[in-house]
Amino acid sequence: MDLIYLSYVFFKIGLFGFGGGYCMISLIQHEVVDNYGWMTSQSFADILAISQMTPGPISINTATYVGYTVAGLSGSIIATLALCLPSILMMFFVIRFLFKHKDNKYIAYIFSGLKPAVAGLILAAALLLMNKENFSDVGLDNKNISIIICAATFMASFFWKVNAMILIAVSGVAGFLLF
Amino acid sequence: MCFQLFRIFLGIGAFTLGGGYAMLSMVEKAIVEQKKWVKEDEFWDMITVVQTIPGVFAINTALYVGYKIKGFRGAASAALGAALPSFLIILLVAIFFVQIKDNEIVERIFKGIRPCVVALILAPSIKMIQSAKLTWKTIFIPIAAALLIWQCGFSPILIIIVATTGGLLWGMYRKWI
Repeated sequence: MDLIYLSYVFFKIGLFGFGGGYCMISLIQHEVVDNYGWMTSQSFADILAISQMTPGPISINTATYVGYTVAGLSGSIIATLALCLPSILMMFFVIRFLFKHKDNKYIAYIFSGLKPAVAGLILAAALLLMNKENFSDVGLDNKNISIIICAATFMASFFWKVNAMILIAVSGVAGFLLF
Repeated sequence: MCFQLFRIFLGIGAFTLGGGYAMLSMVEKAIVEQKKWVKEDEFWDMITVVQTIPGVFAINTALYVGYKIKGFRGAASAALGAALPSFLIILLVAIFFVQIKDNEIVERIFKGIRPCVVALILAPSIKMIQSAKLTWKTIFIPIAAALLIWQCGFSPILIIIVATTGGLLWGMYRKWI
């Protein structure tokens, strides 16, 4: 039964996952953490960190990991295949239609609505991760180290474009020393 | 040729960090500059189309480059090569990580990493809002989308469907008046 749900969920994510890996985070989070409860918000943040540190697309990494934790080896294979299946099925349509109508104005219209919404989707993914599970020491009588780490890494990434791997490594060391 | 395609994408899948877009220059170098299987402008035309379709960007790129070069067998070889490294690496991580997850030192390290992951997702979302060149009239779209998902538990898929149909209808309406 798990395998059927896994393939259904990741097929859906592959079918609607516009706008790259960060956008898919929001879709995966909604299904895997909120709808099916296959993962806690905490382990979802962990797998995102691992995805950033290992090669390959975030969505494939997450599909493989979630599939494995839910149903073992067969789960990881099914989830990854289901994620890629819509792409394969759509190939026929795209080759026949899209390549011949590259500058189609309707596609431009669609993207004019999609682009700002995808930014909102990614924002929601970040907001949903801001909880007690991932920010364990937040409170007036606490040290609030996690908030300091989040603010500092945000500025380093946003303003100075510091590489994600470096930021994760530094935060890991900070966590080891301060918690 | 299929095996070569498989090998090229396997190497690219195994060594590119930072998602699909980071791998583009590597694909271009291997397919266009070294092997000369596809012309430069043909390649970027293809990427422009691939960016508009849903799914895993790296897999889509592999599928279309592979198809262009050697038909369906080429597409299958390239996509398999692109997916295999991350699949195997994460499989190892999953097997291994489950065992050390509750270790006290690992737990402390990840307590530091989790807030950083939040920042790493927050930063590109703000950048995307900036680059979408929103006006005071359209800034409500990302904010409404985020609030509906975050506070009301709406499905992101629903937001995508509404945004695409909304954009299409709005574009047609503006053309029509």
